[in-house]
Amino acid sequence: MNPTAKRTKLRDIHRLPFGWNALLHLIAGGFALSCLFPFALAIVISFTDENTLALNGYSIFPEKWSMFAYDYIFRTGDQLLHSYLVTLSVTAIGTLLTVALTALYAYALSRKAFKYRKGFTFLAFFTMLFGGGLVPSYIIVAQMLHLKDTIWALILPMALNAFNIVILRTFFQTMIPDAIVESGKIDGAGEYKILFRLVLPLALPGLATIALFSTLGFWNDWFNALLYIDSNRMVPLQAMLMRIESSMQFIIQNSSILNSGESREMLASLPQETSRMAMVVLATGPIVLAYPFFQRYFVEGLTIGAVKD
Amino acid sequence: MRTFFRDLNKNKAFLTMVLPGAIWFIVFCYLPMPGALLAFKQYRFDQGGFFAALLHGEWTGFKNFEFLFRAEDAYIITRNTVLYNLVFIFLGLALSVSMAIILFNLTQKRWAKFYQTAMFLPYFLSWVIVSYFAFSFLSVDKGILNHILAWFGAEPIQWYADKTYWPFILVFMSMWKSVGYSSVIYLAAISGIDKSYYEAAMIDGASKWQQTTRITVPLIKPMMIILTILAIGGIFRADFGLFFQIPRDSGLLFPVTNVIDTYVYRSMKVLGDFGLASAAGFYQSVVGFVLVIGANWFVKKVNEEQALF
Repeated sequence: MNPTAKRTKLRDIHRLPFGWNALLHLIAGGFALSCLFPFALAIVISFTDENTLALNGYSIFPEKWSMFAYDYIFRTGDQLLHSYLVTLSVTAIGTLLTVALTALYAYALSRKAFKYRKGFTFLAFFTMLFGGGLVPSYIIVAQMLHLKDTIWALILPMALNAFNIVILRTFFQTMIPDAIVESGKIDGAGEYKILFRLVLPLALPGLATIALFSTLGFWNDWFNALLYIDSNRMVPLQAMLMRIESSMQFIIQNSSILNSGESREMLASLPQETSRMAMVVLATGPIVLAYPFFQRYFVEGLTIGAVKD
Repeated sequence: MRTFFRDLNKNKAFLTMVLPGAIWFIVFCYLPMPGALLAFKQYRFDQGGFFAALLHGEWTGFKNFEFLFRAEDAYIITRNTVLYNLVFIFLGLALSVSMAIILFNLTQKRWAKFYQTAMFLPYFLSWVIVSYFAFSFLSVDKGILNHILAWFGAEPIQWYADKTYWPFILVFMSMWKSVGYSSVIYLAAISGIDKSYYEAAMIDGASKWQQTTRITVPLIKPMMIILTILAIGGIFRADFGLFFQIPRDSGLLFPVTNVIDTYVYRSMKVLGDFGLASAAGFYQSVVGFVLVIGANWFVKKVNEEQALF
């Protein structure tokens, strides 16, 4: 047998038999489709004519299309705009704060020259094992710090976590050669100068991972709003969607009052079905459009997190 | 004493780096910890704030716990939390490893990449958004599922009022949201396996199936074991969003959807019973802590390197 023939044969073994390959495509493709379908359905619903929807229910092939939902939102969407602004500010400020706090803390822990690093590592690490629970945390934020109905209630409780510190510390330790820090010291640079001029530029991929995780966390957060926000002016996007949903639920569950004038007024004040889906689309759109480009960093972050020093 | 100050001075750059983070940990993680003792106190709002309340509150011993455990509540929420988590962990492990192996073996790599990106999408959505998606399937009069049932001539199902289906719905939703993301982690591990193993196996004429069972699985087994044990350490903590958002707070479903986290939240924010909420929270914190320590001890036995501490 000549070598070329053998190589072809090897490659042939490397390929799955056609039938198996098709089956695997079916499984993986089917699941992938099931992940995309609900989002596609939401988009279609948001473009469906309201009366068609009331008549035929949700469908991926509506009889009549309409732009009404978006029209309605942009005409009356004061609350949506407001919530968008809250979410954008929380995400921007929160991400900056998280990255700054995490990078400073993690860098100090990554340096063997820092005498108290063991103690501060423990201070961060222990919070991964034990927590006081929801009630005391709630009391601290709401009653001691008086953060209720302020933007800080949405930012501060999520500003730092030990897991991010561990990821970034590992990144500093494995990706930044000691020689770089040493060279800085020989040149007489202080610790801050070494960090900002030499280490951080090299650590950009690690910082990007932390920044992306925290952007996602702040953008998607509704839990802190559930606990600490009562005022309409401070409701972020996700929490706004949640509120619309629970007022609907409230009206449906209390159907005895359904015919009273009060409940009809409540129903009328809520956005229509298609408009609600349009809000869902607008709230997720930025993430869905952006994440394929950043996917790599998420995967990297997840795999770094699995590696310990 | 003098050496202590000299050390402080020498480390002052590092100390200023960890300072903001350390303050954050103390305020948001350590201050709430003694607050867990509220579980043994008669809670009252005190003029002097949180600590005055904690100090002056009357000790009530295990009264809050008695209340929690006398009612069926403690049993139901513990059962739900632990059983759901067990199913999530083991089904999730089986599905995500299988999916990673499928993606790895697909002959068309471009498609594998596309599937992976699609499967990753649900990870980026909040549970609020996912609950809107779920509603488009489960809505009684407009939902896709009841449409399909009607098409087959079956009676519509009151999804949000009938608890029979919820264990399956919750497991399905959890898998839908997490399998894509965890399979990405396993796929990264599989892709990291030295290609020469597979080449040697191919030369010996091993089939794809044999390569999978004899090379791929044994080599990622340590990672599977570690991640599973660590997940078991967190078995007392439920995914609040899943159990709170997807069932739309429907009281009829509580027997199969109430978990420790939702119970604590509802006791505190809906019932305003801080004592009961703290008792349930304390129960969760302590058992959770023991489980994490136990899980880590176990990981240490399996593989010293991978232990958390």
